[in-house]
Amino acid sequence: MEVPDERVSAATFEELALPLFEQLYNFAHWLAQDASEAEDLVQETYAKALRAFSAFQLGTNFRAWMFRILRNTFLTSRTGLKSTSVSDDEVETIASTAPNPETVLLERADREMVRQALTELQVTFRETLLLCEVEEMSYEEIAQVLAIPVGTVMSRLYRARKALRALMVEKFKGAAHGV
Amino acid sequence: MACESWNAKLYAYVDGELSSSDAASLAQHLRQCTDCAAEVLERVQMKRAVAVVGKRYQPSAQLREKVRRSLVKSGQRQGSWAWKIVALPATLVLVLSLAVSLYVDHEKTLRQRVYSELTDLHVATLASASPVDVISTDRHTVKPWFQGKIPFSFNLPELQGTDFTLVGGRVTYLAQSPGAHLIYRLRQHEISVFIFQDRGDETAALASAPVSTLSFTVEGWKKNGLRYFVVGDVGAQDIESLSKLLRDAG
Repeated sequence: MEVPDERVSAATFEELALPLFEQLYNFAHWLAQDASEAEDLVQETYAKALRAFSAFQLGTNFRAWMFRILRNTFLTSRTGLKSTSVSDDEVETIASTAPNPETVLLERADREMVRQALTELQVTFRETLLLCEVEEMSYEEIAQVLAIPVGTVMSRLYRARKALRALMVEKFKGAAHGV
Repeated sequence: MACESWNAKLYAYVDGELSSSDAASLAQHLRQCTDCAAEVLERVQMKRAVAVVGKRYQPSAQLREKVRRSLVKSGQRQGSWAWKIVALPATLVLVLSLAVSLYVDHEKTLRQRVYSELTDLHVATLASASPVDVISTDRHTVKPWFQGKIPFSFNLPELQGTDFTLVGGRVTYLAQSPGAHLIYRLRQHEISVFIFQDRGDETAALASAPVSTLSFTVEGWKKNGLRYFVVGDVGAQDIESLSKLLRDAG
């Protein structure tokens, strides 16, 4: 959602930001895992973004900008500070211990299993996956939200997907053994 | 290219991040290689599962109202000096802001109607057995084809050096008005471009930036008496860059 120069004066913050309300809330809830905390995060995000809107750079992606503010707000919140961060140099270790792809897995796994796995995924992986799959952001947009290079986005996505699959395999085995 | 070299690119492929030439060669490979095809299917299924599960949390109406009010309030604060000068009673301000919000809602409803109609046209056309009536990647073939079929003419951009390709076009209608429907391809995605005459009616209800509706992005603008709309399931940035090419050409 780039805002060309000639139109930015006419476009008010409200017109640009309100259509993102539901997406931002969904993302906030996934990050915080709590409804009232998500509400606080969204309100704070809008307040911060409104104050900073005059400094919004023309030609910047507005949606990525809003998501970035939301994420930064989360990271400095109580829950956010407790969430573990991930280093980006462990690609090989994780890749080599990941299970082999099992097409049957998803056919048998129900939505609840996917939801649980996504909830248990560490925040860094969860946010990257959600931006890609739910928000359908390009690697470039995700890089802007997370303030990391595109290459790191790709490796994080790779590891997030492996980790999600590993969690699902675990749950699937658990369910099969009646645990 | 062997499977091992493709393997590293499978995620970029399902994420729509491969260049169009790479995507085309991979698609070719997938037709022959069941292993890679199964791998792609599994990844697409996983993507879809996360997308469905991920759209889970709905904000309450109260929160929406709270956020909306906080934005409106700050807008009024910026303009409040004017009211002090003319010393209008606070009630009038309230009535006016209500009228403005009603007007804005009305505009939004109009816009949503036009956009959802265009999205329907886009989806229905792509689903049909023959989406385009004139099939050509050459704008100099596609443009003249419309002569005598629609009551206006338009210019199409040169696409050399961009990731977009022209697929073709057909005549379409919006609110009983004939127009041109062009289909472009970007990577694995089809994008519709609609061009209508500007009749100063409801098609005038345009957003100031690309608007996302049901995972489609729509961008619209007016130029030289024509209304342009770009609709696709690609990201807002891609819609913007095609729109820019069209704006520069028109």
